[in-house]
Amino acid sequence: MFGKKRVAIVGAGMTLFRRNMKETGKELSYEATKMALDAAGLEQRDMQSVVMGSAPDAFDGVHMKGEYLADGAGAINKPYSRFFVGGGTGVFTPLAGWWHVASGQFDSCLVVTEEKMSSCYPHPQFAFTTIFDPILERPIGMNLIWIFALEMHRYMHRHNLKKEQIALVSVKNKRNALDHPCAQLGANITVEDVLNSEIMCWPVQRLDVSPTSDGAAAAVLVSEDVAKEVTDNPVWIDGVGWCIDSTHWTNRDLYYPDYVECAARMAYKMAGIKNPPKEIDVAEPYDPFDYKELHHMEGLLLCKKGEAPKLTAEGVTQRDGDLPINPSGGLLGVGNPIAAAGMMKVCEIFWQLRGEAGKRQIPGDPRTGIAQAWGDLMQYGSVIVLRR
Amino acid sequence: MSTKIKNYQGESIESKDIKEGRIPTEKFKPKAKFAWSAGIAMSRFLEELKNGKIIATVCSKCGRIMVPPRIYCEKCFKPTDGWTYVKDTGTINTYSISFLAADASRLKEPIIVAIIDLDGASEAMGIIHRIEEVQDWKEVKFGMKVKAVWKKPEEREGAVTDIKYFKPVKEE
Amino acid sequence: MSEVAIVGVGCVGFRPITPELSYKELMFETAVKAYEDAGINPRKDVDVFVTCAEDYLEGFSIFDEFVPDQLGAALRHLFTVTGDGMLGLATAYMLIKTGQFDTVVVEAHSKASDILTYMDIVAFGLDPIFNRPLGGHPYYVAGLEMNRYMHETCTTMEQCAQVAVKNKKNAIENPYAAYGADVTLDQVLCSDMCFYPLKKLEISTPADGCIVMVLASEKVAEKLTDKPVWVKGVGWCTETPNLETRDWSRAPYTRLAAEMAYKTAKISNPWKEIDFAEIHDLFAYKELQHMEALKLCEYGQAGKLTEEGLTALNGELPVNLSGGLLGMGYGLEASGMQKLFEAVLQLRGEAGKRQIPDVEIGLAHTWRGIPTTTGVVAILSNLK
Repeated sequence: MFGKKRVAIVGAGMTLFRRNMKETGKELSYEATKMALDAAGLEQRDMQSVVMGSAPDAFDGVHMKGEYLADGAGAINKPYSRFFVGGGTGVFTPLAGWWHVASGQFDSCLVVTEEKMSSCYPHPQFAFTTIFDPILERPIGMNLIWIFALEMHRYMHRHNLKKEQIALVSVKNKRNALDHPCAQLGANITVEDVLNSEIMCWPVQRLDVSPTSDGAAAAVLVSEDVAKEVTDNPVWIDGVGWCIDSTHWTNRDLYYPDYVECAARMAYKMAGIKNPPKEIDVAEPYDPFDYKELHHMEGLLLCKKGEAPKLTAEGVTQRDGDLPINPSGGLLGVGNPIAAAGMMKVCEIFWQLRGEAGKRQIPGDPRTGIAQAWGDLMQYGSVIVLRR
Repeated sequence: MSTKIKNYQGESIESKDIKEGRIPTEKFKPKAKFAWSAGIAMSRFLEELKNGKIIATVCSKCGRIMVPPRIYCEKCFKPTDGWTYVKDTGTINTYSISFLAADASRLKEPIIVAIIDLDGASEAMGIIHRIEEVQDWKEVKFGMKVKAVWKKPEEREGAVTDIKYFKPVKEE
Repeated sequence: MSEVAIVGVGCVGFRPITPELSYKELMFETAVKAYEDAGINPRKDVDVFVTCAEDYLEGFSIFDEFVPDQLGAALRHLFTVTGDGMLGLATAYMLIKTGQFDTVVVEAHSKASDILTYMDIVAFGLDPIFNRPLGGHPYYVAGLEMNRYMHETCTTMEQCAQVAVKNKKNAIENPYAAYGADVTLDQVLCSDMCFYPLKKLEISTPADGCIVMVLASEKVAEKLTDKPVWVKGVGWCTETPNLETRDWSRAPYTRLAAEMAYKTAKISNPWKEIDFAEIHDLFAYKELQHMEALKLCEYGQAGKLTEEGLTALNGELPVNLSGGLLGMGYGLEASGMQKLFEAVLQLRGEAGKRQIPDVEIGLAHTWRGIPTTTGVVAILSNLK
């Protein structure tokens, strides 16, 4: 049921997330990796394999940047590969780590994610112009925010939503992030602040959006036998799921992320989850924009289509609610160094399940948590199920 | 972050520190130029745009009429079975009012961008394009009918910009 | 524990240019061939799809966006490895070994003709602070390595050039090769000196093409085909990205990858147990260096063995029957797949005029090119 060998996370670490960091991409990777190894009580020589997740090479400004980051990621003279599925990378990379160990090929795998968006000059947004089709889209003069604005507007239209209902997510997450020591944009804001913020591409306003950031996050994965030796508190990877939808994103109704549902079903099947809202204690869905948290909650089958805003308004998704969503503060609050952001969510679930999340700790005795990332042109969903 | 970890790594710096030369930086502009072969489907699509027409491909198995055209149906995984023209009118599936240009600079007059489901194509077969000739952007509505405004034939190059924009069509 | 086999392959190319097809259409055509060969319907029978691509070789950020439709993977479980096609093979191997997945598709392609500034992009892979500001054509890295390798092993210019002669000649019989040619040793030695001591005819030229493979677990493989090619072992390794600290003559990344693969495949005497090898030869001297790193011979001996004809078509251990990259064309991230493809054809007895008799075990090897030190080794067999 869980692959040839059961796989556990035994240590995790992350750097601060900030708009501009002095460290190079290699140094950020090193800092996060060392932190994760120290937390696990292990050393680089104990790691049999390494996987790296990092989003567009255009940000760091190095072709084949996986190779460039190898030394910072502790991969010298080791089996090493890099995975890249757009924004989904952060949650996908630990999935890759999972099969390195679950296949029996290795007993341990170091999972590293890094992003140095600030290298892209004058603004990281520039790099995003090249994600679009050169014939159908680039000539129109595409801006990245447009695709989110189009999707957000469609979602609002299909479920008859107002901005106020969506802005609640931004308020919740930024407030949650005040308790995260690495957060870039933790703040106490109100729904009015969001509604009064600069209109970027209606209906997207400045406080609906997560920032660009530099940062890295890492985790140590080991097989069951090794886990027993290094810790008495392993967190098991019980379900993995990923899915990609067609490139032709303009040929779909964007109000619902089928690809997230497809990935979630794959992960839930493996984990034996039949009733997600009841069996899942905490969730970290990807929230680069506030409406995305709602969109993904529905895709993850945590509630019915169109129901997510209601749950948010009722406080169900607060830390002390019945289904805490993004207790970390999410991308909106902590920051969005693309690949590292997804990994931050996985690390958050890890710390929550172990009771180590400090001021962000959700009450009760959480045993099952999920993290999810989204990527590409409204195409990618990656989901991980963690259990204690 | 875990309660067990006490030292947080990462040294934050300000953009002005970089601009004013206090942080050593190495600048480089990559030479990355590409010329993608348009291939069978896109070549025909672009040629037809030059003629003032929008062409689609048809899959006989699922019956879909697909724009942008493609030589394989991704749903059935088989080659598509023929070409057919679709209209240059459609309805707005979703839209956004953008105050940002492609390079993230701020615009005084917003750009209206929309996904337009074309008449004659299958359901939700949209393409992305701009909407203009709108007095007040608050007029734009979901489901609004629009029509393409083309460049003059001699100005067309075989690109999606041969359609200058789509404009609202008055209901009769 | 399930064995893993390759049950279907498809290859389009390799050709110098492919202007009539977009990269999507090239992938579609190849995928159709592979699925036909395996006898599967990708919409129903495939559990995972793996593509291998690098953004800057395609001209798109997040190239992953543009791959699913043409492989039959729309709304299916696909992901992208930024690496050589053989890293895709290693990934597929591990996925099947978890016991959770039965059928995995791996794809890699090269649309080198779409890249107008290929060498600038290779240079873009160099360290931005320590190496790039020095400028220059990035292949100077190969010149540095070839010089050191020749100095330490006393390999001669003639021995390196002989690799080019052998491989380009082998490629003439390969319908999938772009640059088969009958060149003499003198012609290679007298070709333009590009990055001393590396000469023009010792450098592989990029070519366009695509290869798709279908891998399956034991129980599915035995249902689909009576000619499965078993993956007996895979190994991969990255030494270091830094020019300043790498080993310039022994290619340790290949040695460590080979040791991993040999251990799983239970190979203790490579030269004797392996029937043929497909080794990465972006530069002619690389074939020799990699042969030694693969422990096919002692350090410094590969040049002599090549000179004496032991790695020729009818030699004791033929190397690069396909014509190598020197003969087929350099398929960028698909170059490992070019090696695997030939190995599969040989082991199935489908290699036409290049077929060697009585083959049971083959080796495929790849390297990710300048400026990397990443290699992958796979041992394949037609015996379980």
